[in-house]
Amino acid sequence: MLSARLIKGNFQDSVTLMVLSRDLSSLPEVNRVSVMMGTSANKDVFRETGMWHDDLDDATPNDLCIVIDAEGEDAGVADKVAAQVEERLAAMAKGGSKARYPVARSFRRACDQLPKADLALISVAGQYAHGLAKEALDAGLNVMIFSDNVSVEEERDLKEQARERGLLVMGPDCGTAIVGKAPLAFANRIPQGPIAVVGASGTGLQEVTCQIARGGMGISHALGLGGRDLSEKIGGTSAETALDFVAADEASKVVVFVSKPPAAAVRARLLDKLKQLGKPAVALFLGDHPDRRDYGDLHLTRTLDEAAALAVDLARVEEQAASVPAVTAKGIRGLYTGGTLAGEAAQLLAEALDLSPDAAHDEGFMLRTAEHRIIDLGDDLYTRGRPHPMIDPFGRNEMIHALAEDADAAILLVDVVLGFGSHADPAGELARAVEEMRAARGDKAPITVIANLTGVSEDPQDYAAQAKTLEDAGILIADSVRMAVLLALRLITPARAETAKASPLLSEPPAVINIGLRGFADDLASNDVDVVHLKWEPVSDKTEKLRRMAASLI
Amino acid sequence: MYATINEANAAVLDEMRSARPYLVDVRPAHECIPALAEGHVLMHAGPPIEWAAMTGPMKGAVLGACLYEGWAKTTEEAEAFAQKSVRFVPCHDQSAVGPMGGITSANMPVLVVRNANQGNFAYCNLNEGIGKVMRFGAFEGEVQTRLAWMRDVLAPVLSEALKRNSDGLELSAIMSQAITMGDEFHQRNIAASALLLKALAADIAIGSASAADKEEVLRFLERTDQFFLNVAMAYCKCVMDAGHAVGEGSIVTAMTRNGRDFGIRVSGLGKQWFTAPVNTPVGLFFTGYSQDDANPDIGDSAITETFGVGGAAMVAAPGVTRFVGSGGFNDALETSEEMREIYVEANTTLQIPTWDFQGACMGLDVRRVVESGITPVINTGIAHREPGIGQVGAGVVRPPLECFEQAFEALVEARSKTA
Repeated sequence: MLSARLIKGNFQDSVTLMVLSRDLSSLPEVNRVSVMMGTSANKDVFRETGMWHDDLDDATPNDLCIVIDAEGEDAGVADKVAAQVEERLAAMAKGGSKARYPVARSFRRACDQLPKADLALISVAGQYAHGLAKEALDAGLNVMIFSDNVSVEEERDLKEQARERGLLVMGPDCGTAIVGKAPLAFANRIPQGPIAVVGASGTGLQEVTCQIARGGMGISHALGLGGRDLSEKIGGTSAETALDFVAADEASKVVVFVSKPPAAAVRARLLDKLKQLGKPAVALFLGDHPDRRDYGDLHLTRTLDEAAALAVDLARVEEQAASVPAVTAKGIRGLYTGGTLAGEAAQLLAEALDLSPDAAHDEGFMLRTAEHRIIDLGDDLYTRGRPHPMIDPFGRNEMIHALAEDADAAILLVDVVLGFGSHADPAGELARAVEEMRAARGDKAPITVIANLTGVSEDPQDYAAQAKTLEDAGILIADSVRMAVLLALRLITPARAETAKASPLLSEPPAVINIGLRGFADDLASNDVDVVHLKWEPVSDKTEKLRRMAASLI
Repeated sequence: MYATINEANAAVLDEMRSARPYLVDVRPAHECIPALAEGHVLMHAGPPIEWAAMTGPMKGAVLGACLYEGWAKTTEEAEAFAQKSVRFVPCHDQSAVGPMGGITSANMPVLVVRNANQGNFAYCNLNEGIGKVMRFGAFEGEVQTRLAWMRDVLAPVLSEALKRNSDGLELSAIMSQAITMGDEFHQRNIAASALLLKALAADIAIGSASAADKEEVLRFLERTDQFFLNVAMAYCKCVMDAGHAVGEGSIVTAMTRNGRDFGIRVSGLGKQWFTAPVNTPVGLFFTGYSQDDANPDIGDSAITETFGVGGAAMVAAPGVTRFVGSGGFNDALETSEEMREIYVEANTTLQIPTWDFQGACMGLDVRRVVESGITPVINTGIAHREPGIGQVGAGVVRPPLECFEQAFEALVEARSKTA
């Protein structure tokens, strides 16, 4: 049963209508649908293909003719098809917006289209990955190999070549990386920030970077290595390169390293490298139980969230350190009203500097070395005949005043304890004392004051107002004693001169040649990363031989 | 003898760039093409092929030509005659090209294109319009009527009009305008056809034919959107032959299909055809027809892609991409970008606005095809596999890579002999 519908005065080009005819013919309730303009030639086609309907007699070349061949005499079907025609025409007119990027079919052309390409992302079948990666390295590109099933020998070959050229090979079997704003393969939309993550663990990288983002921080880069990089056979070649890269990268202030425990020989080298970065580093060898946790700038952790949280803290410390003038002296002075706070500060300092805390606690000294001193002002010595310093700040204020003459002092660690029973405005008292001390100190080395503000917003002293008082006095507020100590240590550690040359992979916006899965290119493009997709397919040996000849015949 | 292939190719491209094809006349084929002047000879599309091997559309057109030339009175007679008494020659060996079946006989009119610079000629028969047409294998009734009209009315009117222009019509100018208007000269020629009509309209109007004949000619040109395809083919053939005359290098100077074999010629490999079995185009079909009805790839029209337009200039005519895949502008752009990899130059005469005014591709290099594995995209009409039915759709097709690999191997061999 044929039925017809005319849409008067709706001209559409024939290609559009052929597409429509094809699509509508696949509707379940019709045998076929023919949509054409009512030209005399088209009317002939309607006749020849057995789709003529007398309603088309009066159709003009500007009338859209729809003829529906369906079972039975259901006018509803014809109406439905006609409605579909209008709907689809409207949808076509809107057009589709796809992420736009060039597509190449040869590596040479891909390089021509993206001359500044610095990374090849390879996700072809494993047996072809080595050849393509070699080609990329020869062209001076860093490589990420998403593909698995690449032999250890091939991996070693690629990584040795890359090492000689100062290039990085991430993978094989590397599922996750983020370079600058470029998400590579499996990656999350992590804000940019100061933390570089390096890891031989795809989901490890994802979890740590997500935790960092949820902790309110961002990452500079997340570099993958591939699961075998830290094995005896490969020897951590890519780990070393990646760490060199982030060490020299200005945007990376803190480094997190995540992997399964490396082979013994590799582990020692890796730890040395991590200690020598010249940047605070957090390392997690999943499944390891480190007996010592802190080695100067390097901190070992046991879990992913711990690594991420510590990295966030270290990044905050870096931010704070950058906000104050460089210190010129060395000495850390701690004047605490709370004994345990003093104790923790002393213990952490001692651990980090390989000192022993003061066990005797004479005169409230929790730590006393030639350079550093941490005092608990709640000690009996100081509360004899006067109120506890949490109630009466007078004693501490005096000691702060005395620092005006202490030329070696660079850092003052203090606590400000709010709550019931405490002084009504401890921050104000401290701020005044610090200002007086600074005025009296004159042109001696400046002192940076770091305070722990123990309290909550509901406390009678008004936490926010107390914090503001401290900030207005140029006093840094640390979130914890640990962070106060980290910041103090950071400030007295001389900045290292950058030795390694920064890799353009990290310092320039990334430009990627994507070889294999097209979706990866879509993701890059939608993140405004310059990308060329290389359509690649395997070829016969003969064709491969001819290809090489053709490339060299001039 | 050039020292390198690159130098030889530069010379081929110089010849192509300096070619200045003009449409100068429309003449009976036997006046221009000596091979057709005697005996029972038909020109066909593609590399050499005999009657028995021809596919439906070409066979249908052969029958049509036998009837047209009066060599037979019925289909049966024509079939017997074609089997025994007709000599078949490829258009390409006669400085000619023909779309689809490409069947051209002595008394069919051909477009005469002359290269004002190097002086070579190229010929192509005239476009019959759409529907039941001989180039797609239809051969009876209205097809014969139309062919007779084209011979007796259309050709003389056009010839007279063209001769009013002392040098003929400069085609590069028309094409450089038309490409900015959305033509790629293989599947879409509507702008160029309109510009051609615009250029000829007044000269037709004042011609000596009867008012009725002139009106019919103008009506025919008005509705024949692909009229310029045959002109573009002759233009491309003219340019490619000028390049081929260099006799060296690795530039592809002809690509063509006879329904069985895809054949290519290369500037440095003389008249030799390098052939492999054709593919079947995929695309969109008129209602009532489907991919199953599609004849394998056929026609000389791939001379447009040889020159660098057609599929290679897909981005100029985004609408055409909807004949395959999801379609749309990005697909068009991607196709043209892909073609950039195998053509060595950009054609400054044919700048494409939708490609940020990059020139169309130019200089298809057999080495680049082999190296990249990219074969040219060809926009094409699709004929019904049975003779006599005609066009059933349009789409795209690619040549078999083997043609290019064979040619490349021959090129390597030729160089090792001269080295």
